[in-house]
Amino acid sequence: MGAITVEHISKSYGDIKALKDINFNVKSGELFGLIGPDGAGKSTLFRILTTLLLADSGNATVVGHDVVKEYKDIRKKVGYMPGKFSLYQDLSIEENLSFFATIFGTTIEENYDLVKDIYVQIEPFKKRLAGKLSGGMKQKLALCCALIHKPEVLFLDEPTTGVDAVSRKEFWDMLKSLKEKGIAILVSTPYMDEASLCDRIALIQEGKILSIDAPEKMISAFAKPLYAIKTNDIYETLLFLRKQSYTESALPFGEYIHLITREPMDKVEIEQQIKSENIEVEEVKAIKATVEDIFLDLSKTAETNN
Amino acid sequence: MSREKVITVQDLTKKFGDFTAVDAITFDVYEGEIFGFLGANGAGKTTAMKMLNGLSKPTSGSGTVAGLDVIKETEKIKERIGYMSQKFSLYEDLSVVENIQFYGGVYGLSRKRIKEKTEEILTELNLKDVAKKLVKSLPLGWKQRLAFAISMVHDPAIVFMDEPTGGVDPKVRRQFWEAIYEASKKGRTIFVTTHYMDEAEYCDRVSIMVDGKIEALDTPDKLKEQFNAETMDEVFLKLVRN
Repeated sequence: MGAITVEHISKSYGDIKALKDINFNVKSGELFGLIGPDGAGKSTLFRILTTLLLADSGNATVVGHDVVKEYKDIRKKVGYMPGKFSLYQDLSIEENLSFFATIFGTTIEENYDLVKDIYVQIEPFKKRLAGKLSGGMKQKLALCCALIHKPEVLFLDEPTTGVDAVSRKEFWDMLKSLKEKGIAILVSTPYMDEASLCDRIALIQEGKILSIDAPEKMISAFAKPLYAIKTNDIYETLLFLRKQSYTESALPFGEYIHLITREPMDKVEIEQQIKSENIEVEEVKAIKATVEDIFLDLSKTAETNN
Repeated sequence: MSREKVITVQDLTKKFGDFTAVDAITFDVYEGEIFGFLGANGAGKTTAMKMLNGLSKPTSGSGTVAGLDVIKETEKIKERIGYMSQKFSLYEDLSVVENIQFYGGVYGLSRKRIKEKTEEILTELNLKDVAKKLVKSLPLGWKQRLAFAISMVHDPAIVFMDEPTGGVDPKVRRQFWEAIYEASKKGRTIFVTTHYMDEAEYCDRVSIMVDGKIEALDTPDKLKEQFNAETMDEVFLKLVRN
């Protein structure tokens, strides 16, 4: 039995179609990532699956229960960490955790095993008010509170947004160890570099899923010729490449430009082309796509089809 | 290269009681440079930036921004810099044109200049068709570029950006960096804070703050070499975990 099944889920707010015919499933013990920018519909989907919002059409189940008819069963079995910090700012760390344990009819002691690894990191500050914690600590506390009733499925809506690189890394390490305990996790993020940390991912944009697969499979299936180019003038190089007939797309990627061409090309030829514009070329290399390349490519195709 | 320095900072320090938020930082930023100012949450980035913006008085040390003293000429600094934050600073209930006019007015531009600037921004950003629409009705990417253009409405020497691209669409983010490249090509200095290390790779040089100090400062390439790392993310992790 899957942890989550989603079939033909759609939801509109007035004229805005937040979700358009969404289908996917998450297996038990799977870490599934919903990857997409702000406004893609990620939070709406979370609210539907955590039984806080009704879909306009379609069906969904969580741990085998229907999200509409059996919402009460689901609420007991899932942990939900919303995108916005929603613990009690004027309760201490300890009080928040004990509050959530009590609500779910359990105690901190009973399920301490599950939260222990995370809780020990914030325990030295357990008397501190939640409102006074740093971003990384708030996030750890929120995760503890979402786990304290030993849920079977964990919903984490953008847990790493606004959190620095170190805390982000620690957070993903925690997710990995939770997954090993058999908890299915649906996590959303706008950061494409986090995709590779998931077992499978769905790329989502404007309410539509563009692709679902294991990140490494998505990458090896990307067949377009892709080159990374480094020059002394990124902006001029971009403008030049976009005018060329062989260019399908040219986009800045940090210090590099990623160029997708219509046909495979010789690296040296690309280099010569750019050099003829009096731009210094440091490097041209054929590269494997990243999830971000794939997202950008798919979203461009989706736009053309609209 | 002898480029003009737009920011110079010497031992700049800010203490709050016993706590040293910014600990004797020293660096220069050059004309037309895209300078990334990085650090973990709570490393002191915001406090440092406030001192450079004339919003917070340094406890000790010295510095100049656009040739103006960060201790004595704070009011003038505010007139000579642009500022853009993640939350943008646009008024959602005003139209595109009204926002441009409003900020033009705030910065004391003449009526004639405001008119010219409005025309220029609408043309460059291709916003003529939506000039009279409320800002809240615009897609995120347009808002962001408009906010950037408006932060330069008074032709500042330097634009400070506080976490400008958090959470946005990868495509929008790229359009935005292209706008930054374009501004920098025209000689505008861009000072940008971010805690997303992949963004750092778009900068000419980056500094990394840890516990109030600047622990590293160089081009992304050289930093990666120095720390024997593949990505800026790794550089950052190595620095912070030491």
